[in-house]
Formats: sequence, structure tokens, C-alpha cells
Amino acid sequence: MSSEVKGPVVKGSVQVKRGLAEMLKGGVIMDVVTPEHAKIAEDAGACAVMALERVPADIRRDGGVARMSDPEMIEGIKAKVTIPVMAKARIGHFVEAQILQALGVDYVDESEVLTPADETHHIDKNAFTVPFVCGATNLGEALRRISEGACLIRSKGEAGTGNIVEAVRHLRNIIGDMRKITQADSAELFQWAKQLQAPLPLVQEVAETGWLPVPLFCAGGIATPADAALAMQLGAEAVFVGSGIFKSDDPSPRAKAIVEATTHFRDADILAKVSRGLGAPMTGIAMDEINQRYSDRGW
Amino acid sequence: MSVRVGVLALQGAFAAHEHTLTALGVEAAQVRTPAELADVDALVMPGGESTTMSRLLETSGIFDDLKGRLSEGMPVFGTCAGMILLATDVLDGRTDQRNFGAIDLTVQRNGYGRQVDSFETDIEVDGFGTPFHAVFIRAPKVVAVGTGVKVLASHDGVPVLALQGHVMVASFHPELTADDRLHAMFLKVIGS
Repeated sequence: MSSEVKGPVVKGSVQVKRGLAEMLKGGVIMDVVTPEHAKIAEDAGACAVMALERVPADIRRDGGVARMSDPEMIEGIKAKVTIPVMAKARIGHFVEAQILQALGVDYVDESEVLTPADETHHIDKNAFTVPFVCGATNLGEALRRISEGACLIRSKGEAGTGNIVEAVRHLRNIIGDMRKITQADSAELFQWAKQLQAPLPLVQEVAETGWLPVPLFCAGGIATPADAALAMQLGAEAVFVGSGIFKSDDPSPRAKAIVEATTHFRDADILAKVSRGLGAPMTGIAMDEINQRYSDRGW
Repeated sequence: MSVRVGVLALQGAFAAHEHTLTALGVEAAQVRTPAELADVDALVMPGGESTTMSRLLETSGIFDDLKGRLSEGMPVFGTCAGMILLATDVLDGRTDQRNFGAIDLTVQRNGYGRQVDSFETDIEVDGFGTPFHAVFIRAPKVVAVGTGVKVLASHDGVPVLALQGHVMVASFHPELTADDRLHAMFLKVIGS
């Protein structure tokens, strides 16, 4: 046998929190509202599920205030699956986040899909053991969330629309600016920090590495295997699918197809094969038909 | 002789492994299809979700080919989910989850708990002069070790790094830290 170990055991460190995001890369995180949905998602190969009371398309339809889910419902989903379970807290609602941490969820999404609780401040995520994912529409927003302690960024897109156009816009914003920053000289980085309203050290880190200090996933509007592969080819490292699966005609085959498309995102033959005969996707909404853009929430 | 080391890239932390291997001067390649598997001499199976990978191994048509390569003695290094897939017995997995039975271990999925229980610590590895910093993410726990398995490191009395012939496994994530000594150790396994 090998010798024994003495080092201190550290939980909730940045490395441990970002580590789980690394493990989710190349995967699909699916919104689920019941334990049965969660089982379908896991069976289909989801790498994690997002437990919430209503999918974004229904939140959009119903209106009113959208809040953290009932702990009983989250626990029902945790009991049903073996993969990581995420749950959403309102922007700035640090007590919802405290409750989710106490419930032992694996990731908290400080999400614009829920009704914001604070119109100025986001949660101080550095104070938590549980890791956080946050949405962003541009690089400045992403870096501000990372400075607050987010360990994973998702491009926001426009949740509940089944329309990929905003996700594409946000991914191109974030990745395009990162590309430009890698070409900037050291003096220009000060101007970038000012323009992005982001901390200079994070801007300098992007300039050096060409990427965020945390993984970048895509969310908001993915409805088909081709949408998932588009997000991946644009540079996303994994995808969140919300209403796109359980608002479609036949969720299980669509979920499986999106998982395969996310893995084989550059292989058009496989994409053609998995896109066949899935039934109707969610109907979707054009951007000029919506009166509330969730992506505008967050500061 | 130069070797080409594949990194199973169906899902999970494959890019980090590829980065470490490349930095060691090894030719590394992502593997998602049977053709890509046929083109490599050894394989790293990364962390990620073992249920997801298990399903994608089937749908991508790799499972049987990989099982064949493993029985022919292809060197393999499995971390976390990769360790689960290589073990003979898995506790708390899904009933339809298939594994390769390439190393005589019984592992418990998420044996160290959920993400809030994930941790990092120093471990001592046989043959290393200084500790290795190990990151455990929803890690599998080894609950039984077969006679042919050599345990190379333990934490709290539980094996976390093991070797049996051409099969090397870790319940933690050497790809998440800058220390490349375990990847270098795997290259020695490939060379032997």
C-alpha cells in the first residue's frame, strides 16, 4: 500500500467550483420541471439538469413574478437522478442562493429568467461553497460576473423563445471581443477595461489566454440538434436547453439527438442522421413579437 | 517510437487532458468515432458524466471496439468518470450503465458526495518526491481492490490512484492542475 496523506482538505475553492464546470463541457444541461422529466433527460444523456418550476416558455406565457423553485420539487428531482442538479435563484436574491446551497444543489444559476430581486447588485458569489453560473450578453457582463465569483458563464440568448438568434448574437459579442483583445497592446487594455466596465486584471487575463478564466456555455433559444451544433461551432463549450426539449412534440428522441449533436458538432453526416424524424420542435417566437427581453436583466 | 495518444472526447474535461499531453510533447488526438479510435496507440478517458459517456459510447459505435482494444492491452488512463467506466463493478450507477471491467476495482459513483463536498488536497504518490495536489469533483470512491491492482496513492485510507498492467486510474483530476507528473507516468506505462 502507498503511504498516507496529510494535506488540508479544502472545499468550495475556486478550483473546485470551476472544476465541475470543466466536467460539464461537451454536454447538454436540460431544464426539467418534474422528476419524470429529469429521468427522461438523464436517460437521453444529459450531463446535468436544471430544476425549475416552469420552463421559460411558460414563465413568458404566464407572466407574474418568477421565483426560486419549491425545495420539495428540487429534492424530488435530486432523488430521481445521479447526474448534477442545478437550480435557479433570482438575480441579487442571495437568500434563495443560501437555501439552494443548503439543499445541496450542485450549481446555482443566478438567472435573468426569474424576476430580478435587486436592480443594482448581483449576488456576491465568492461567499458561497456552491458554484454559480451566470448569463452574459457581452464580454464586460461576463467579466463582471466572474469578478463576483461566477465559475461558469452562459451566453444568455433569449430564453423561452426557441429562437437561436440572440444566442448567436451574444456568443459572437463575447468571443469576438476576446479575439480583438488578444490583438491589443498593453496600453490598449486599459481602454478595453474602461469600455467593458470590467476589472483590468481579468481583461489582461483574457488578453493572455484568449479565453475567459471560466468555461463559456450557450443558453437561450436552442430548439434543434442543428442549433446546438451551431452554438458549439461558434465556440460554446456546452449547451443549456430549456423549453426546446419539453415544449417539443416528442421530448425523448429530441433530447437524445441534441446530446449527440453536441458531441459530434462538426460532423455534418452525424448531424444529418440525428436530425431526422424528430417531430415538431417548439413553435418559437420571433424577437419582434416579445414584450419582455430577459436578456436585458442583469447589470 | 512516437506514440499517438487519444483523448476520448464524447463529453467532459477532454480539452484539459489534451493540453497537458501536448505540453509534454506528445501527439494527442480527440476521439469521437471508431475510425478515430483505430488511429491511436493509447487512450485517456477524462472526467465528465459517466452516464452521458456510457450512452455516447453506444450511440457513437465505439463501445465494442474500445472493449476489444482494452482486451488487446491498449494502455489507458481513466480519471474520475473514466475510472468508473474502466472498473469491474460500479455501485450507485444506473442499471443500464455499461463499463469495461478493465481494472479489478469496485467503485461507488459520487462516493465522496455532491458538489458541495468536492475538495482539493495534497496526496502522496508512490515514487514522487513531493506531494501531488489532487482535485476531487463529485468523485467516485474505491470500495474494493482486486489482488492484481497496485495502489499508488490513497486519501484517508481509500485508494485514489491505481495501476493494473496497462490500465491506470485516478478518482481525481490531474488535468485540472499544472502538475504533469501523472501524465508523464502514463507515458511510461505506454512505453513499457
